[in-house]
Amino acid sequence: MDAPVQLRDITFAYGEGELRKAVLRDVDLTVAPGEIVLLTGPSGSGKTTLLTLIGALRAMQDGSARVLGQELRGANEAARVRLRRSIGFIFQSHNLLGFLTARQNVAMALEMDARLSERQRLDRAAELLTQVGLADHLEKLPAQLSGGQRQRVSVARALAAEPGLVLADEPTAALDKASGHEVVMLLRNLAKSRGVPILLVTHDPRILDIADRVVAMEDGRIVDTSAEKHAAA
Amino acid sequence: MSGIALVERRAPGPAAAALLAVRLAWRQLWSEKARLASAIAGVMFACVLVFMQLGFRAALFDSATALIGAMRGDLFLMHPLTTASFRPEPMPRVRAYQALALPEVERTVPIYLAQATWRNPENGSRRAIQLIGVDTDAGVLDFPGLAPILERLKRADTIAFDVRSRPEFGAVARLLEERGPFDVQVGNRDMQVVGLVEIGPSFGADGNIVLSDVNFRRVVKERLVSAIDLVAIRLRPGSDVAAVQQRLRAVLPPDVMVLTQAELNAHERAYWEEATPIGFIFSFGSLMGLVVGMVIVYQILFSDIAGHLKEYATLKAMGYSNFYLGQVVLGAALILAVAGFIPGFIVSALLYDVVGGATFLPLAMDVPRATTVFAMIFTMCAVAGLLAMRKLRDANPADMF
Ligand SMILES: Nc1ncnc2c1ncn2[C@@H]1O[C@H](COP(=O)(O)OP(=O)(O)OP(=O)(O)O)[C@@H](O)[C@H]1O
Ligand SMILES: [Mg+2]
Repeated sequence: MDAPVQLRDITFAYGEGELRKAVLRDVDLTVAPGEIVLLTGPSGSGKTTLLTLIGALRAMQDGSARVLGQELRGANEAARVRLRRSIGFIFQSHNLLGFLTARQNVAMALEMDARLSERQRLDRAAELLTQVGLADHLEKLPAQLSGGQRQRVSVARALAAEPGLVLADEPTAALDKASGHEVVMLLRNLAKSRGVPILLVTHDPRILDIADRVVAMEDGRIVDTSAEKHAAA
Repeated sequence: MSGIALVERRAPGPAAAALLAVRLAWRQLWSEKARLASAIAGVMFACVLVFMQLGFRAALFDSATALIGAMRGDLFLMHPLTTASFRPEPMPRVRAYQALALPEVERTVPIYLAQATWRNPENGSRRAIQLIGVDTDAGVLDFPGLAPILERLKRADTIAFDVRSRPEFGAVARLLEERGPFDVQVGNRDMQVVGLVEIGPSFGADGNIVLSDVNFRRVVKERLVSAIDLVAIRLRPGSDVAAVQQRLRAVLPPDVMVLTQAELNAHERAYWEEATPIGFIFSFGSLMGLVVGMVIVYQILFSDIAGHLKEYATLKAMGYSNFYLGQVVLGAALILAVAGFIPGFIVSALLYDVVGGATFLPLAMDVPRATTVFAMIFTMCAVAGLLAMRKLRDANPADMF
């Protein structure tokens, strides 16, 4: 099986001319099928930028990125939009639609897939919310949930559409220690049971234990790849 | 290809996607009911404004042509310089006789039009009134109420009064009922009101009188007997109207126009629509209503997007296209169009009744106008939606992390 993420010589800069600021330099990174990779590093080292490139949220500049079998170098907007449908995103803040219930929010991830009926979408959403421990909160609006519960809805939403890859950027930043750890454990277990690889950016040393591998970045380069194998769940 | 990576997704068809987009738009609108209510009120306001403007416009044009529209004839002769019936340019009566030269022409009926001063029988105030003089036996006037009183109009110095004339002419109908036929001063002559007809006021005339051609000449003494204002031509059954029209044009000198009934109506209407600012005023009023409505809808949609940029960016990150999100915004606009039009239509229909009663104008709701207004409101909301959609570009999924 091909690696879901294969990056070769990724170089990226913001701005033009005088203001040009190199952010990524010759980044090579591979994520193996089912692997959970944590990306750490000081602020400004380029982690988020790397994640937006892998997530096809930003156009590439130099190098080659194969994500889920799709070459992103030179890929047009339509191809990138299509690829995003196969990626589950979890953001620092939950970014749930405030006017939709938890269940409807999760179902939104399934509406781009015509194979499912409305009933199936809602059933699937309920199933995922149950798996993240929110069986009793299906019909609640985000405003009626706690921060940890909202982030668990985001986890359910990211995994609902059977993604080939999950990208998360500091998903615990807005949470206290206990609920932060609970959320990443849920994410990890759900991903492992489905064999979905995760690339997760974090500053949070308390969650390093979920990783198969921790990758450290500094000043736009990958400086250290330590394999921290854990007993799989 | 990696195994789990590419689950083959099938994107929904355009119709299914549009439905989902509209549903999302509806859920968003519904979640903020106060805002939804103010948006609907804005659309409704625009709707009522446009309905009233178009209603007044049509009513005024309809009443402007009420007089001409009630003339019955296959063809008409009119002086080319006559711009409207209230200000006719006379033509020689001999034209009516010349037209008889064609074998298809059965009868030609001269019609006299002029304005004279009417003295209010109640308070003596004076006001100009439109006179319509015609041979009462000719059957060229089709005003409601005229047929039963034709015999009475043959007597010397008798007139029929238009009950729908403006009230400033006096309560003629009530006086007639109380006293029976009574005298009023028209021009400098005492004429006897012997009956009532229904015509209605127009831009050119606040009231109307129907009388015989003989009585007309008694009132309008300065008028030469040989000068007439309009000729109604009746053809023999089975004649080809268009062909006769052509031949009359060839036969008659260029000081008359030969018009069909429809052309006569159109000529009268065109004067009010084109030669006066009346049409423009009402079009401008409608446009203002639409602009105000559009600004309101745009504001609501714009602030909806601006206040939810993160959510829209998240949807883009999840793989929703710009096109889909555009459909959400447009869907919201069209929901507002429908939700504002329905109450706007009902309120306008009620206002038509109330205002129509107060102004003596024939205001009536009809399907073509409702369709037109709906199309306008729909377009207004769609344009507002398209303008607001530009704000979607600010929702950049790359800024989400
Ligand atoms: N849109 C942008 N335009 C210009 N410069 C940017 C932009 N986004 C980030 N940068 C710059 O690029 C560098 C890398 O930013 P990036 O967000 O990738 O770092 P990061 O490793 O995620 O940092 P943090 O841990 O603080 O989130 C920083 O110096 C930042 O100032
Ligand atoms: Mg970052």
